[in-house]
Amino acid sequence: MANLDLWTIQDARRALDAGDTSSVELTEALLGRISAHEPTIGALITVTGERALADARAADERRASGERKPLLGIPIVLKDIFATEGIRTTCASKILEDFVPPYDADATTRLATSGAVLLGKANMDEFAMGSSNENSAFDPTRNPWDPSRVPGGSSGGSAAAVAAGECLGSLGTDTGGSIRLPASYCGVVGLKPTYGRCSRYGVIAYASSLDQVGPFAHTARDAATLLQVIAGHDPRDSTSAHREVPNYEAALTGDLSGVRIGVPAEYFVDGLAPAVEKATRDAIETLGARGAKIVNVSLPHTSYAVATYYLLGTAEASSNLARYDGVKYGLRTQKGGELLDMYRQTRDEGFGTEVKRRILLGTYALSAGYYDAYYLKAQKVRTLIRQDFIRAFESCDLIASPTASTTAFRLGERSDDPLSMYLTDIFTVPANLAGLPGLSLACGFDDNGLPIGLQILAPAFAEAEALRAADAYQRDTDFHTRRPALSQGDSSR
Amino acid sequence: MNQDTRAGQDAPPDYGDWEPVIGLEVHAQLLTESKLFCGCSASFGAAPNSHTCPVCMGFPGVLPVLNERALELSLRTSVATGCRIPPVARWARKNYFYPDLPKGFQVSMFDEPLAVEGFVEIDTPEGLKSVRLTRIHMEEDAGKSIHDAHEAHSLVDLNRTGVPLMEIVSEPDMSSAAEAVAYLRALRSILLYLEVCDGNMDEGSFRCDANVSVRRLGATELTTRTETKNMNSFRSVERAIDFEIRRQIELVGDGGRVTQETRSWDADRGRSTPMRSKEHAHDYRYFPEPDLLPLETSQERVEALRAELPELPRARRARFVSQYGLPEYDAEVLTARRDLGDYFEAAVAVHDSAKSISNWVMGDVLRLVREGRLDGALVIQKWPVSADHLAQLVQLIDDSTISGKIAKTVFDEMHQSGDAPGDIVERKGLRQVTDQSAITAAVDSVLEQQPDKVAEYHGGKDKLIGFFVGQVMKATGGKANPKAVNEILRARLAKP
Repeated sequence: MANLDLWTIQDARRALDAGDTSSVELTEALLGRISAHEPTIGALITVTGERALADARAADERRASGERKPLLGIPIVLKDIFATEGIRTTCASKILEDFVPPYDADATTRLATSGAVLLGKANMDEFAMGSSNENSAFDPTRNPWDPSRVPGGSSGGSAAAVAAGECLGSLGTDTGGSIRLPASYCGVVGLKPTYGRCSRYGVIAYASSLDQVGPFAHTARDAATLLQVIAGHDPRDSTSAHREVPNYEAALTGDLSGVRIGVPAEYFVDGLAPAVEKATRDAIETLGARGAKIVNVSLPHTSYAVATYYLLGTAEASSNLARYDGVKYGLRTQKGGELLDMYRQTRDEGFGTEVKRRILLGTYALSAGYYDAYYLKAQKVRTLIRQDFIRAFESCDLIASPTASTTAFRLGERSDDPLSMYLTDIFTVPANLAGLPGLSLACGFDDNGLPIGLQILAPAFAEAEALRAADAYQRDTDFHTRRPALSQGDSSR
Repeated sequence: MNQDTRAGQDAPPDYGDWEPVIGLEVHAQLLTESKLFCGCSASFGAAPNSHTCPVCMGFPGVLPVLNERALELSLRTSVATGCRIPPVARWARKNYFYPDLPKGFQVSMFDEPLAVEGFVEIDTPEGLKSVRLTRIHMEEDAGKSIHDAHEAHSLVDLNRTGVPLMEIVSEPDMSSAAEAVAYLRALRSILLYLEVCDGNMDEGSFRCDANVSVRRLGATELTTRTETKNMNSFRSVERAIDFEIRRQIELVGDGGRVTQETRSWDADRGRSTPMRSKEHAHDYRYFPEPDLLPLETSQERVEALRAELPELPRARRARFVSQYGLPEYDAEVLTARRDLGDYFEAAVAVHDSAKSISNWVMGDVLRLVREGRLDGALVIQKWPVSADHLAQLVQLIDDSTISGKIAKTVFDEMHQSGDAPGDIVERKGLRQVTDQSAITAAVDSVLEQQPDKVAEYHGGKDKLIGFFVGQVMKATGGKANPKAVNEILRARLAKP
């Protein structure tokens, strides 16, 4: 097999179509890399080796009988927040450590139908609550570019698995930046679609009005291929949009002429690492050189976004996580006692510190006497933030900014200071509050060799436009072709 | 089935110089095939946990999808009770922990309900009264906890979880237990007419909680109230409210204070006991349900629903009096259930003899309903005695083909066999004898055989006429026309 390091989904697709390799061969190679790298990276909670090989054999048969589909035989990884029938789905929580769903998430089904091969379930922050993957109830995931650093969260496992070459693409979820931040820290493309673009059915809920499913890959084109499969209406999700899905790959023309790219002053603030600022501004210039018109825009309520997010997100979470009570499934404490003792003990044993913190925050925000001051006020600010974007998109087609103010930080560095951890999401949270699509892609490396992310935000349902800009950028740059040193000790070669 | 939908048939209860203030919260299970947010069956009585799926069991990641039929039925009710329907209603989560609440919250509505400001009319000894409705909203039912089936554990049955309910909240407009029951009956009757609820109180598909307080006559302020639950019949509601009124009057009369609390009615012991104190009430932390879209109801839809409304019980009752000349009582009984009124009207359409048909429906037909325990099951249409056949039966009486007495026999046979009354009369030879000469012959024969009685009659014992009629009827197998028998007997006995 050719240098698997550099492979994208498109490369694999070409090789499979040409008969140069088989899905089984590809899957075996990737399982080999998983064995080699997992001790260092910890990107996966569950490796589904047997299932993967069965999927791969089935895909090879379908291909042999003439079937051609973009993801047929392509090995991928799912964040362990997606329900997978018959495969345990933990959400990186002790409370669901042995939970095996009797149903698939919509995204799981769509990928299976398209012929993708499931390699495993990716590590994450428990219940998607975190920005570093250190909140996993199991081992934390490490950044393939520097294992002493975090991969970002909460979909850190999904991002790290792609970056480490353990799979060709993966899915994550993004509630406040949980796809874009780890994409930035791991130097891959991560796309959060418009709220309602992809079904949330079978995605274990953190904050229902903010959660959205999206892909990770090395290239914008691969991300487009994955989005094509997972986007679309699902009657099982009432918030899923009744809206046609455009042809995302066809949108990747490389042509940015006349595209107005807005640069929000509020995203270039004190505390922005100089290397990040420089890389971001260079990237915007590169887009300009492709024909895009760079304009200044303002998103005046940006500074309230994190506070708003941590009120609304935690409020919804406090309710969404009430079902983990030890009664029906999941962990139940072995200690006896009355009903109330069982509830308290089960939830105390089953949830980690950050999850408890957010449940408490959210419960408080919804409590009698505090609702108006916190939850209701946050809803009003959310409306203002949404209006900021509507106004900004009157004068531009896309918005470009840094994805995060710094590159990946070290494990433990922000663990004792939840507020500094929360501020990690400062540039990503507004898009969730506004329900808008956004992606992150590598636009450079800092002095420590750590990737820097460029964020591109778009109006609702304009994923194709964001992908076109990202693809155009990747045509002129090679950051997306770099791989962490880790992968060069590839055992499969 | 109790026909009485009027309050205060008995003397008004004596509460001294106290005025009770009563409001009811009714939970009505909507007549849908499936649950409110998933495809599971909403029917009653299946094996525990057999009507469940990941959605109603609150498994991780699953999402609710609204049953449009439940919305339709709730809107129909809202329109029929004169409610205002705001353009947007919003689902809300009511958060609390309980083992039979699998998600840890109940999807309900809170500050933006489906409908507001309606009314239900009732009759009271003082005349017509309009009980105002505060609101109507939709919600999902919780499951059932079973605490006495196993010595060490409680069991949970989630079949009922997610079954669609409509909560109808009244203003505290009722001032006696009898009025509360009258309201409840009137509301139930409307729901049955609208075919939105089966009204079954035994199975809990129509249940109510009563908010009761008392104040001095003439006072206007609201005082501390209690909420009484677990009343599963109209009789229980009446007794429980009356009990609570008297308990509060006694308590306050003795200088005590009413505690705001929830009380549970014990029908066997005829008293209620406190369940939990509202002073330590739950904070339910209501907030908008993010997994469901707001419900937008257009004015066009409201108008369309209004246009499709069936005639409601009160209007029908008035029409039965004016159109058919029925007494108020008959009209009320016949209109208490939509199907019963339909049955009556179908019969009258075949044979225009309203009062006779009404008597049959209220008497023998409803007796069958009671004996067959068909109340609430909405199956009158499926009876073996069709409205057609009942009308034919009454016609046979009216044209003197059979007597009223023979008709009872024919009715029983109709019910058993499902045959038309005419066929039964012919088959069994029950046709009434109206032939003067045949009756005269029978009369003469009886008088000949009873010379002593004839002598007694002539001696002044007029009452013996009844005896002679009986003898003649017996001799003719009950088929002689009783009127003719009477006339001929009197004529024969008059000429010694």
